[in-house]
Amino acid sequence: MKFPLSWLKSHLETEASLETITSTLTNIGLELEGVEDRAAALAPFRIARVVEAAKHPNADRLHACTVDAGDGTLVSVVCGAPNAHTGMKAVFAPAGAFIPGTGLTLKAGSIRGVASNGMLLSAREMGLGDDHSGIVELPAEAPVGVPYAAWAGLDDPVIEISVTPNRGDALSVRGVARDLAAAGLGTLKPFNPAPVPSAFASPVSWRVDWPEYCPWVLGRTVRGVTNRPSPEWLQRRLLAIGLRPINALVDITNFFTIDLGRPLHVFDVDKIAGDTLTFRRGAGETFRALNGKDYSAGPEDCAIADAAGVQSLAGVMGGEATGSDAATRTVFIECALFDPVRVALSGRRLGLTSDARQRFERGIDPALMPAFLEAAAAMVIELCGGEASEVVAAGAEPNWRRQATLRFARLQSFGGLAVPPDEATAALERLGFRQVSRDARSVTVSVPSWRNDVAAPGALEPAKTLPAGQVAKAAEGRAMVEAECDLIEEVLRLKGLDAVPAASLPRAQPVPEPTLTPRQRRTAMARRILAGRGLAECVTFSFTERRVASLLGTAPGSLTLDNPIAADLDQMRPSPLATLALAAARNAARGWGDLGLFEVGPGFESPDPEGHRLVAAGLRIGRTPRSWIEPARAVDAFDAKSDLWALLAALNVPLDALTVTAEPPAYYHPGRAGVVRQGPKTVLATFGELHPRVLAGLDLPGPAVAFELFLDAIADGKRRRRQAPTLASFQPLRRDFAFVVDASVRADALIRAARGAERALIAGVALFDLYEGEKLTEGKKSLAIEVTLQPSERTLTDTEIEAACAKIVSAVAKATGGVLR
Amino acid sequence: MTDELSTLKSETAAALAACADLRSWDAVRVGILGKSGRLTALLKQLGALPPEERRQRGAALNVLKDELAAAIESRRAALEAEALNAKLARESLDVTLPPRPAASGLIHPISRTMEEMAAIFGAMGFEIAEGPDIESDWLNFSALNIPAHHPAREDMDTFYLPAREPGGRRRVLRTHTSPVQARTMLSRTPPFRVIVPGRTYRADHDATHSPMFHQVEGLVLDRNITLGHLKGCLIDFLRAFFAIADLPVRFRSSYFPFTEPSMEVDIGWNRRTGELGGGGDWLEILGSGMVHAKVLANCGIDAREWQGFAFGMGIERVTMLKHGIPDLRPFYDSDIRWLRHYGASPLTPAILHEGV
Repeated sequence: MKFPLSWLKSHLETEASLETITSTLTNIGLELEGVEDRAAALAPFRIARVVEAAKHPNADRLHACTVDAGDGTLVSVVCGAPNAHTGMKAVFAPAGAFIPGTGLTLKAGSIRGVASNGMLLSAREMGLGDDHSGIVELPAEAPVGVPYAAWAGLDDPVIEISVTPNRGDALSVRGVARDLAAAGLGTLKPFNPAPVPSAFASPVSWRVDWPEYCPWVLGRTVRGVTNRPSPEWLQRRLLAIGLRPINALVDITNFFTIDLGRPLHVFDVDKIAGDTLTFRRGAGETFRALNGKDYSAGPEDCAIADAAGVQSLAGVMGGEATGSDAATRTVFIECALFDPVRVALSGRRLGLTSDARQRFERGIDPALMPAFLEAAAAMVIELCGGEASEVVAAGAEPNWRRQATLRFARLQSFGGLAVPPDEATAALERLGFRQVSRDARSVTVSVPSWRNDVAAPGALEPAKTLPAGQVAKAAEGRAMVEAECDLIEEVLRLKGLDAVPAASLPRAQPVPEPTLTPRQRRTAMARRILAGRGLAECVTFSFTERRVASLLGTAPGSLTLDNPIAADLDQMRPSPLATLALAAARNAARGWGDLGLFEVGPGFESPDPEGHRLVAAGLRIGRTPRSWIEPARAVDAFDAKSDLWALLAALNVPLDALTVTAEPPAYYHPGRAGVVRQGPKTVLATFGELHPRVLAGLDLPGPAVAFELFLDAIADGKRRRRQAPTLASFQPLRRDFAFVVDASVRADALIRAARGAERALIAGVALFDLYEGEKLTEGKKSLAIEVTLQPSERTLTDTEIEAACAKIVSAVAKATGGVLR
Repeated sequence: MTDELSTLKSETAAALAACADLRSWDAVRVGILGKSGRLTALLKQLGALPPEERRQRGAALNVLKDELAAAIESRRAALEAEALNAKLARESLDVTLPPRPAASGLIHPISRTMEEMAAIFGAMGFEIAEGPDIESDWLNFSALNIPAHHPAREDMDTFYLPAREPGGRRRVLRTHTSPVQARTMLSRTPPFRVIVPGRTYRADHDATHSPMFHQVEGLVLDRNITLGHLKGCLIDFLRAFFAIADLPVRFRSSYFPFTEPSMEVDIGWNRRTGELGGGGDWLEILGSGMVHAKVLANCGIDAREWQGFAFGMGIERVTMLKHGIPDLRPFYDSDIRWLRHYGASPLTPAILHEGV
């Protein structure tokens, strides 16, 4: 919403400075977006007379001018404009002035031997348009020496505010003035348009077939008009807010929209077929709107139709066919009331935004329609001549009257500020609320017709899962409280929220409970552990290209966005790994191909809440760092497994109870990746090398290894008291065994067998060597383990040690077929 | 001391001095103190002497024995020290060589900010609530007093999914973290204080908008919570978060469908330098208000009994302000150089007593 200060002052009698006005606007919820003060940039420019414009002695296309800028001396100026001539009035910039159109500061100097101590300006050089065909020529009566901006009426700052969706009334200069007056910045000027006498019966009348869309409409014919350009004051106001003046009739409708928030439409009566305009549902007709585009009026759109068809979309935009033009002699003025919700839905369906729709969908003043129509008819006659018909109407003024009650104590107990009852009541009255009754504890007021946001009816949409009794009680609570909150808001808004003293929240407990749930703690821990292992945390988009989602999982149609912002952001990712892999590829393409990344974030299996998985995913690509101490090597599956194991250990997952199987999802290398389970079913994690097809599909140079931990699969640990540790007083013994087994034997089978051979004695089994090669027969490998025996009662005898070793050998042989090497 | 003993002493000293290593030193030791060593031989001769002379000679020999033993031992220690020094000299390294490489990882600035928020609001008794990114239309809009025709729905540039919910409406990617307000009110009984940090989505992509971004929502419901508490809580948070004890904070009337009264919150800064705190300019930082009676009623809560406030703020925005990060888009680009520049150490989590 934009308006020049002078326009505001046509409604507001005020002595307040621009700064007071703008800061008050912000305080009362009409947030200032900016002030455009065109005069500031034009300040150095003055009106001057060209005393003489002689041909430049040394240049064909230049003039050597002598200029009188009103300060008593004549200035020599070299000017290249073809229209410079002796005696003209022009705009003069002295040396040292900044020229907005060129971005340069003017310097005194000489041009081809003639002194030039200033400049005569074109409109473009002043930043006032595109005209650069010559310098601005002012009328002969323009006073020499006067600042140009003041003379041209450009010293009128344009204020721009943002109006929140609830404040339709503030989408008008008058509405803004009313709020400022209520805030104590002056007096609102009265609005009492004198009735325009009725000279004849209107040749056009209304019919409403859809009263739910259009409850009430007024109209009036004005005949004998001459449509001509608007007077300068009107053109200037429209130009100041960025509207192009077209002709008086169109400009009048634009003026009313901005000035009073009252959109009007003007039909050219000679272009209307028949004598009735009917509000009805659209029937799929195509209609050309005033913006030159074609729209189809559907059954939920309200058409205004004559005998020939649809001529306007009610509340949204008028039509080209019946619009006014220079030849218009008779007009029919439409002043209607529409259902805000239906206008909003219609406008959205049609994809049509207009100043009219913006106001109708926020609701306009239903009480002042007759007055507005008088004012409109008067202005048409004033600017275009002619005489007005009777007022024709259809429908009736709806009952908009509502009351609201404010209990004064609630200003403190809800609003946090004890405003005295008299002050609160006076504030409401300044806003147009009328006191209906008042006692010591409360005041009941009637709501002004323009404030459809206060005590608005509006249906509830309660949760379907709630019991009926609870819904009813809650609805009752809302009915008691909502309108009062509206009034509290009004009082505090005018008072300024800065007046409400800040109060720290009372402490619920001396020392707060933990903020995080165990799951949230695991998430935070996962971040720290992975970052601690040298991985960089990323935050990537939850959506990606469908092809990428398919490469790294699945891409079901139920997770494809209906309206993606880009073709490569149309699918919810199955796992953060998908977008991490893209991130790694981007880094590699930039020349950073050896790195580790991770993300803890959502993966999507289905659109249901249960289909959101919280995943900690990590990815390493390239090689380990080069060093003089140890050579660099390519990252491998065990880097990923190490990251994963460190994470699982930190999250208190019992590692011994996990099983790893080599049946990874398809995006991993089928022979170099695994699935980690806890128990028979729960899949905790996957890890391994990424499939070469995935690397090729993402332009990700290999090797690349990854893991994904499904954080939701980890159960909350029980908080148990730990038993005191048994710290044996006898030294442990360590014995090494190397077993030759079939190449297909899994290491963990062998480790498990060894560990289970003598549970009371064996404290640990560590696999420290794997050998496959020429010293063994084809299809065999050697696995070497170190077994730690921990006696608890006494030192073991040689016989006991040998017996334990024999048990280990036989347990391994039984489980794996392995024989001592 | 007789000449003979003096000679032995000086010859021993010379022999010890001539030892270059422990082996030759041992030969000297054995030659003096061994079974057939020279001193041992002299001691053996004592028994043959008359008693008076034996006493004198014995005393002299004992003194000499102590002296020789000490000299031999001291020479051993010296030789050992020499040998060790020589060994250490051989073992010396170029200590200016670089150490083993250790990649240092880091926490993303968004996660860091969320941690700081958890720490500060946690100290004020808040818990953290969560909800899914794909939400029902009811939770994202209707419950929050944004009916189907509401202009705010258009402002929000919603992403839709084809999946329909029982009511027939399409599911949405949540446009704000506010649906978790409704989730919390439906699943818990007041009083409570929760914050909801999380991912949010709007179909908007330019230099200052990302189609995915993060918000933190706050909700406090109790019997006697007023707008004054809203102000106090947010001022307390902002001053702690930006670590500026006297940060100017301004509340301005505004409008959100789910709160009433609604207000926008500005902090003081210097528009020219970007410095927070002073400077006389105001920067909008978050939206807030008292929970709307209709929102309470939609979620089955009786507004006569419970009241409170809600707020929402952009996590990227406050992160950029706090750390002077000029640009939004790199947050999601995962450029390792940017991550290393702005990332936080995992070993300094946000803990109030260490300072956030």
